Amino acid sequence: MTLDIDTLLAGGVVLDEVVPARAAWSTVVLAGSVLTIVDLEGNQAVDFLAYNAHDTAERYSAPDTMVRQGNIFLGMGSVLCSNESRPLLTVVADEVGRHDTIGGACSKESNSLRYGHHTVHQHGCVDNFLSVGARWGLGKRDLVSNVNWYMNVPVESDGTLGIVDGLSAPGRRLSLRAEMDTLVLVSNCPQVNNPCNGFDPTPVRMVVTRP
Amino acid sequence: MTAEGSSTASTHGARDHARSQAGRVVTTMPVLPASAWTTRPEDVEADDLLWAETVAGGGYTHLRVERGTIVRLRDLEGAACAHVLLHHAVQPWERLNVADTTKVSWQAYLGRGSLLLSDQGRVLASIVDDSSGAHDAFCGTSTLAGNVARYGDGSPQGPSPAGRELFLLAAAKQGMSARDLPPSLSFFQGVRVETDGGLSFVGSAGPDRVVTLRAELPLVMLVANVAHPLDPSPSDRTSSLEVLAWRGRPTAPTDPLWTATPEGERAFLNTAAHAALLGLEPVARERV
Repeated sequence: MTLDIDTLLAGGVVLDEVVPARAAWSTVVLAGSVLTIVDLEGNQAVDFLAYNAHDTAERYSAPDTMVRQGNIFLGMGSVLCSNESRPLLTVVADEVGRHDTIGGACSKESNSLRYGHHTVHQHGCVDNFLSVGARWGLGKRDLVSNVNWYMNVPVESDGTLGIVDGLSAPGRRLSLRAEMDTLVLVSNCPQVNNPCNGFDPTPVRMVVTRP
Repeated sequence: MTAEGSSTASTHGARDHARSQAGRVVTTMPVLPASAWTTRPEDVEADDLLWAETVAGGGYTHLRVERGTIVRLRDLEGAACAHVLLHHAVQPWERLNVADTTKVSWQAYLGRGSLLLSDQGRVLASIVDDSSGAHDAFCGTSTLAGNVARYGDGSPQGPSPAGRELFLLAAAKQGMSARDLPPSLSFFQGVRVETDGGLSFVGSAGPDRVVTLRAELPLVMLVANVAHPLDPSPSDRTSSLEVLAWRGRPTAPTDPLWTATPEGERAFLNTAAHAALLGLEPVARERV
């Protein structure tokens, strides 16, 4: 059942914050609460990791999530699974239709391969995850393949894959219901070398409601 | 309780009983020394063979190998599935990143020439030979809950062990734990992505297929031989996997693979610089 986002947002607002362009953000979403992400200006990739808030060794697993739904694209009804095949969050509303979980996070290191060593000192999502994760006692070993909300990564029949122009637009929203108490790490992607942010990183809004 | 006349009632008897088992041969076991392995590749000298083992379906192994080592995985009967994780042996927090591996190469499917990348922009291993072509970098390995749901059991001691449970054991023996297990890749059971994003299981390319990896840095390799998570078979029918390792050299700048793609060339340059800084390949300097 598609939940109306305006109805979701009419619940008790626990938190309502804007994440500046290129910045990191985190929170704990309690089981039953809903996190709504708003792509304020359009085509802004939001890199996203999730952990069992009580045992962070249990964390988002892109493989388990894709195996469970038999599809690489995330969208309405997708269940974000942990590495123990348990539900962390469920997509309960989606105004875009397709999101990515095979593309991973950009980093200084992968920038050196994808674009050249002149991009090594640009900011990247991995650095955002590391800095915001450290506040929760997480380190490099805790980073795994992530979700990229609003990012479009098709796979051609010959296996060619790549980050292409996004499908989102200003104001497009998606909502995630927490199935357990979930620690969420977000990198508002700073990448400027591919179309994931329309070559212009912009702010996003995060709203947590308690229905 | 001791049976009357038991041969193992005494320490000497128990020792004799244990020692009498030596020399038995089963189909799934390591052979030591590896030079005694009887079916080594034609171009490999017996003295260069460093490890030779057959891993049963539902089994696992783990190797720490030097930079340049060649590791060949062979699906003997056509129903093996080698789930593999790679960690940098000197700094295991650097490890296989399947997202970077596919994204940087602009290619979803693994095969000959694929570079298995770490999260630090370096090549952990290159695939130098592949007679299967049926592999997967998306679906990871099986979990306890997943195997309980499809087979009724996923415990390491049961008939259908989950890959993650075996990875936890292999990782523990290399000083690592659950936090050190990122998404893995698997060889010999193929998966393809449909135009709508659907994952379709294409399975095995047949028996006697090999994938040969070249370690480009010192590695810890974890290998679990268990059914692919999308394998539709109602029972776990995983068959044995041969694992051989022999002495070799890392990819050189003169190798066509070094310059096969601009992304790959930069990955090899990153890897070579890192290896030199680590002292893995001392650079000889002529002094005038």
